[in-house]
Amino acid sequence: MRTIVPQTQLNRPLGKAVYWTVLTVVVVVFTLVFIGPLYWLVTGGLKSTQEVIQSPPTLFPSEIHWGTYATAWRELKIGRLLFNTVYYAFGALAFQLVFDVAAAYSLSKLRPVLGNVILGMMLATLMIPSAVLIVPQYLTVLDLPLLHLNLISTPWAIWLPTVANAFNIFLLKRFFDSIPQDLLAAAAIDGASPLRTLRSIVLPMSKPILGVVSIFAVVNVWKDFLWPMLVQPNPADQTLNIGIRSLATGVPQNVIIAALAIASAPTILFFLVFQRSIMSGLTSGGLKG
Amino acid sequence: MAGTISPYKTNRRSAPAGSGSAGRGAGGRERSGLGQKVRRNLSAHGFLFGALVCFGFFTWYPMVREVVMSFQKTKRGRTTWVGFDNLRRIFDDPDFWHAWRNTFLFTLLALVLGFALPFFVAVLLNELRHAKAYLRILVYLPVMMPPVAAVLLFKYFYNPDYGLFNDILRTLHLPTSAWLNSPDTAMVSVVIAATWMNMGGATLIYLAALQGIPGELYEAADLDGAGLLRKLWHVTIPQTRLILSLLLLLQIVATMQVFVEPFLLTGGNGPQNSTMTVVYLVYEYAFDLGGNNYGVASALGLVMLVVLAGFSALYSRLSRNSDND
Repeated sequence: MRTIVPQTQLNRPLGKAVYWTVLTVVVVVFTLVFIGPLYWLVTGGLKSTQEVIQSPPTLFPSEIHWGTYATAWRELKIGRLLFNTVYYAFGALAFQLVFDVAAAYSLSKLRPVLGNVILGMMLATLMIPSAVLIVPQYLTVLDLPLLHLNLISTPWAIWLPTVANAFNIFLLKRFFDSIPQDLLAAAAIDGASPLRTLRSIVLPMSKPILGVVSIFAVVNVWKDFLWPMLVQPNPADQTLNIGIRSLATGVPQNVIIAALAIASAPTILFFLVFQRSIMSGLTSGGLKG
Repeated sequence: MAGTISPYKTNRRSAPAGSGSAGRGAGGRERSGLGQKVRRNLSAHGFLFGALVCFGFFTWYPMVREVVMSFQKTKRGRTTWVGFDNLRRIFDDPDFWHAWRNTFLFTLLALVLGFALPFFVAVLLNELRHAKAYLRILVYLPVMMPPVAAVLLFKYFYNPDYGLFNDILRTLHLPTSAWLNSPDTAMVSVVIAATWMNMGGATLIYLAALQGIPGELYEAADLDGAGLLRKLWHVTIPQTRLILSLLLLLQIVATMQVFVEPFLLTGGNGPQNSTMTVVYLVYEYAFDLGGNNYGVASALGLVMLVVLAGFSALYSRLSRNSDND
């Protein structure tokens, strides 16, 4: 692939020298800027309380305190917070997969009356900045209209609103649109019900897009802040983001740093494992997200 | 009935309800009984049901309620209409102007850093022939961290006494800074942290756009004797112009809703309200001051909606153009 700098220029001795210098500088600077803070986080959790606030800082902990991580886990109840976050994230994922896939399938393949109007109304919500709706959404969760249920402090308050995701439905519908109608017609002739067709034909063909939607569903809940802070006031129900922040006062700094390191580990590992699909998902769908 | 109202084109002719869709596939069964049509539509709407309920409760109904509440006041469970009192109240609040000024400042700084830097990084990465995958992963790592971890990490770096940033400045014999503790530098500090946390997404999108530029264009520019900067200016930027403008608008809309970074870094308002943003003010009216001024908060939300609607309209026009390309 040709870029701004042509290959011929790079083959010359001077070009080679410049290229390798630039490459080295970029690799070193990027490593420092993006891994450096993470390194500081992990080693900071191993230092003693005095060493962590020492100036200038030490590159390696002079004495390794594994106990800090144990203390952080215990005092900040990281296990509980981690469990809550996983519970909310995968619950949200399950609801989004079931309801959004069903809706996209209906809009794309079953084509109900008023389907296009419904799709239009869903897509229109993409134009509303999420911060604008936070107050009425909170009041809705506080007292669900018609049913008069209070969802505050229940996982439903996090799970159900994530289903109303027009972007997911749009992505899924676009993918389903590309599945040939003939396949579905053949299934219908064989007497398959719409649900059966969805399960045995559409879903097996849609693995890539389901992967993208799933990853973003999990990451969004993991990163959300304001909404879980409002709807989960009870410390035992909070997510990592909220819990660490509210429990962090009055705890020694090395303990908090250890807690932050533990909190970052799952998503970072998740990313390193799934980085291929995350990257491709980003570039296919990220533009409008 | 259906299909004629919607702006979204499908290949379905504006036939009477239900005669297209599934029946068309099933081998030209033109006339199906009314009962069958109803049944087919019932099952199709059944599939939509869960999503419709969620949209209804958590998006459509709140949209209507947002507008209604802007003109209401709720006190001890009793709701009264107050007309434009809520709007008057926010316009009279000096914090309103403060918050908008800070929000625009944040957006401006975030665009200089958060818009230009990812583009620069993407162009740079695109030129490199080695270590590409490694560098791409690095840039995206912070995006995957829980915000509380990234933000508190920066809070330690910003500490004027023992923070890493001042340590580095001292080592280089440069003047140190109060960072978050001074009204002059608080917002810049917030923007630097936010950029570190979020630049990965934009960088990868730019990188994908850059990889779509046909190599012949650069070849032609080489034959014309164009230098690096001219190629960047006359080939790279025009070729990615659409994505650049789309992301610019998306980032304006996103950065104007900034909340988490200032909230966690400076408790929301910062020294002398220097990092108080509009969303923080909404939060304060509705949830923080104990007043539960939902009406006032809704009115402020509505003002924000109007301001952002301008940007959104522009965005949707641009994205429609991009779909036609």
